[in-house]
Amino acid sequence: LGEKQGEAMTLASDMPTESFRLSMLVFDTRYRSYTIQAVVLALFVMAIVWLGYNLDQNLDSRGKELSFRFLWQRAGYDIPQKLIPYTNDSTHFRALLVGLTNTLVVAFFGCVFATILGVFVGVLRLSNNWLVSRLMTVYVEMFRNVPLLLWVLLSYAILTEATPDPKDFRVTDEMVVAGEAPAATMKLFDTVAVTSRGTNFPAPLIERGFGSFDLGFMSLNLTFLAIISVIAGSIYANRRILADAKAKQEATGIRPATWWKSPLVLFAPIIALLVALGLHFEFPVLAGFNFKGGLLVAHAFTALLIALTLYTAAFIAEIVRAGIQAVSGGQTEAAYALGLRPNRTMSLVVLPQALRVIIPPLISQFLNLTKNTSLGAAISYSDISGTLGGITRNQTGREIECVFLMMAIYLSISLTISMAMNYYNSSVQLKAR
Amino acid sequence: MAESFTRTNMLPALPPPISERGLVKWARENLFSTWLDIFLTVAAFLVIGWLAWSAFPWWRNSVWNAGSLAECRQVVAAAAGEGAPGACWAFLRPWWGAYIFGNFFPRDEWWRPVLTFGLLFAALAPVLFAGQKRNLTIVLGAVTVFLVLALYLASAPGTAFVIAMLLVGGLLALAQVRSDRLLGFTVVFPFICFWLLWGGSIWAPIVAMAGFGILYAVFRLASPHIGLAPAAGLGVVVAVVWWLFAVAPVAQAIDSVIPLGLPSVNSDQFGGFLLATVIGVTGITFSLPIGILLALGRQSDMPIVKTLCVVFIETIRGVPLITLLFVAAFVLGFFLPPNSDFDLLLRVLILVTFFSAAYLAEVLRGSLAALPRGQYEAADALGLDYWRAQRLIILPQALKISIPAIVSSFIGLFKDTTLVTIVALYEPLKGITAVVRQDVNWKGIYWEPYIFVGTIFFVFCFGMSRYSKYLERKLKTDHR
Repeated sequence: LGEKQGEAMTLASDMPTESFRLSMLVFDTRYRSYTIQAVVLALFVMAIVWLGYNLDQNLDSRGKELSFRFLWQRAGYDIPQKLIPYTNDSTHFRALLVGLTNTLVVAFFGCVFATILGVFVGVLRLSNNWLVSRLMTVYVEMFRNVPLLLWVLLSYAILTEATPDPKDFRVTDEMVVAGEAPAATMKLFDTVAVTSRGTNFPAPLIERGFGSFDLGFMSLNLTFLAIISVIAGSIYANRRILADAKAKQEATGIRPATWWKSPLVLFAPIIALLVALGLHFEFPVLAGFNFKGGLLVAHAFTALLIALTLYTAAFIAEIVRAGIQAVSGGQTEAAYALGLRPNRTMSLVVLPQALRVIIPPLISQFLNLTKNTSLGAAISYSDISGTLGGITRNQTGREIECVFLMMAIYLSISLTISMAMNYYNSSVQLKAR
Repeated sequence: MAESFTRTNMLPALPPPISERGLVKWARENLFSTWLDIFLTVAAFLVIGWLAWSAFPWWRNSVWNAGSLAECRQVVAAAAGEGAPGACWAFLRPWWGAYIFGNFFPRDEWWRPVLTFGLLFAALAPVLFAGQKRNLTIVLGAVTVFLVLALYLASAPGTAFVIAMLLVGGLLALAQVRSDRLLGFTVVFPFICFWLLWGGSIWAPIVAMAGFGILYAVFRLASPHIGLAPAAGLGVVVAVVWWLFAVAPVAQAIDSVIPLGLPSVNSDQFGGFLLATVIGVTGITFSLPIGILLALGRQSDMPIVKTLCVVFIETIRGVPLITLLFVAAFVLGFFLPPNSDFDLLLRVLILVTFFSAAYLAEVLRGSLAALPRGQYEAADALGLDYWRAQRLIILPQALKISIPAIVSSFIGLFKDTTLVTIVALYEPLKGITAVVRQDVNWKGIYWEPYIFVGTIFFVFCFGMSRYSKYLERKLKTDHR
C-alpha cells in the first residue's frame, strides 16, 4: 500500500512539464487569446488595406487626390448668421470657423435653456398637484416620442409662415387719419419685431471702445476682453467674500453681513464699466420695406433653439424626476427630524444627493443636444454641417476631406464636453470609499 | 337609586364633514392644498383652457374633402364664418399613398409592403410571446384581419390574397400544434421580406439562404475533427465564398430553368413610412447582434480586441448621425470596390446599423458591469467555456436588465430614421411633406401634415415604450 501511495505521490509531483506545442494556440485557453488577437489584427489590417486600395483606385479613376489646400481658397458664398467677421471673399477655413461658432452658440443656449426648463418640468411632474403633474406628463411623453426633426421643421414653418411681413407693420398717413391700427405691431414695448424674415432685437452698442489688438492670425477685441475680465474678477471677489464670511462664522459663530457686499461686488464694477463705455441700445426701426438697425436673428436659429430646448428639456425632466425619486424618503424625514426647514432640506440634503444621480445622464443629454444641432441642416441653419458639410463640400467637391473634418470636429467637441462634465461630476460624487 | 346617565347604545356614526370626503376632499388634497398649489392649478387651468380655446374650433371646423388649401379655406369660411380657423385634412386624400409607400412606389405593387408589414408582426410574435399559445393566436389573428383589410384597400391581385391567406393560415395552424416551431418563420422572414420588397427572382434569396445551410453543414461535418471554433471559422469562410461567387450564377441558372419572381422595385422608389420602417427594422435587427459582440469585445481581456471596440464605439457615439449619413452618401462609395453598385439605401442601412450598434453596445456594457462578479465566477466554477458562460448565464441576465434602455435606443433609432432626408431620401417628415408643401394646391399648409406624421410616430414610439414596461414586469424575477 505504502509503495502505491509513494507511486501516486511521485506521479502527482511529477507533472509533465509540457513543452509548447503549436496546437496549444488553439486549444489551450492560456494561449488562445494570442491567436484570436492575431487573427483579429490580421483581419483588421486586411480590411484597412482593402479599403485603402479601393480608395486609391476610386480616386485615380476620378482624377482626384486627398488634400486640405481647398481650405485656404476663396469661399465665395455668403453666410446669413456670423459671429466673427466673414465676407464671401474669406477662405473656406473662415467659413468653417463661422459654422463652428454657430454650432457652439446654439448648443450653448440650448443646454442652458433646456436645463432650466427640464428641471422646472421635472420638479413639477413630482408635484402633489394632480393637474400639473398630468400636464407635465403629457408634455414629456409628447416631446419624447416624436422625432426632433418634426419640432425643428414645425417651429421653422410657424416662424416663417405665421409671422407678419415687414410691410404689415407700416403705419401710413391715411391709416393715422382713419384711426386704423397696422396689421402687426412690435412686441415687448416696441423693442422686438418678429417678421417673416427674422426677429429684430435691440442691439447693444458702445460709444467708446478700447479698440482691438492684432495678433497676426486673429484680432483680439479689447473691449470684449475687458468686459469678460471684469465679470470674472467680480465673481472671484464675491467668492472670496463668501469664503471669508464662512470662515468667520465657523471661528466666531457670527456671520458677517454679506447681503449688500455680494450684489455690490457682483454688479457695481460691470455697470461702471458699461457706463464708461457708453452702452446704449439701437432699436429696430421700420425703414422702407424692412426693419433697419438692431440685431437680426435668423428664424433658422430661433427655430432650432426652440426645438432643441423643448425636446431635450423633456428628457432632462425625466432625468431630474428619476434623480429626486432616487433619494430615499428617510433622508427628508431625517432632515425634518433635525429641524431643517423644507427649502433647506431641499438644498442641503436632497439636491446634493440627487445631483449625483442626475449628472451622468445629464452629460449625455448635453452631448446629444450638441450633436443634434446638426439638424439645422434641414432648415439651412449655417452651422458646421451647413457650411463645411454643405456648401463648401458642394462647391469644392472634396467630399472625403469635408466629411472627415466635420466628424473630427464634432468628435472633439463631444470629447471636450464629456471631459469637462466628467470633471464636474467627479467633484460632486461621494469622496469617501 | 341614582339615575345613570351613561348611554348604553352607540350613536350612529356621523358622515365625515363635507371637506373630508368625496370630490371636495380629493380636490383639496390634490389641487388646492397650499397657496402655491392653488396658483399652479389656476395656471394649469389657464394653459389648458387656452390650448382648448385655440385648438378646439380649429379641429371642429376640419375639412376632409377638398381639392386644394384655398378650397378648404372657402369651405371653412362658408361653414363657420369668415376668418374662422379650420383644419384642412383633405390633403391626405391625394397624398396618403405617398406618405405610406413613397410617391414613386408603383401603385400596383402596394400590396407587397402591406403583406411584408403584416408578416413582420407574424415574425415578431414568436420572439415577443415565446410559447404563449393564446397571445400568439391573438397576434396571428390580428395579422390575418389586418392583411384582409389592408390587401383589399391596396387592391391586391387575387393570387397575392391566396398566398397571404395560405401563409397566415399555416402559421395559425402551426401556432395551435407546435407553437415553438414558429421561430422557424422568424428566421426565414428576412429573406421573404427582402424578396417581397425589392422583388426580382425568387431564387436569389433562396440561394442566399442556402449559404446558411452550407455554413451549418460544414460546421457539423468538420467540428468533430477540428474543434468547434475552427469549424465555425471554416463554415463562415465557405459560406462567404458561396455568397460572393456562387449565389449570382446559381440563382441565374435556376431562374433560367424555372422563372419565378416579382417585378423588381428600386431602392430609390422607396419612401414615406415604408422607408422609415425598412431602415428602422433593419437597423434594429442587425444592430442587436453587432452591439452584443461590441459590448463583449469592450469587456474582453484582449487588448487589441478591446481597443478596436472602444475606438469604434466612441467614434460613432461622438459624431451626429447626420455626419454618418454624409459618409454613406458621399464617402462610402470611395471605399468600396470600383464599379460596385451599392445603392444609397443600402449604404445608409450599413451606417445606421453601425450607429445603432455602437449605442446598444454602450447600453449593454452598463448592464454587463452591473451584473454581480459572482455570476461570472459561478459560470467559471461550473466549468463553462466563454461562449457557454455568456450564452447561458451572463447575457440572459444582462439583456434582461437592459431591456428598457434597449427599447429606448430602438425608439431613438426609429425617430432618427427621419434624418435620412438630409441625403435626399423621401422619408415622411421632410421628404414627403416638402413635396406636399411644394404642390401648388397645398402650398402654405404646415400644421396638418406635421400633426399627421407626428401622430403616427407617437403611436409607434409610445407603443414600444409601453411594451418595454410590460416586458420589464414580465421578466422581473426578483422578489420585491
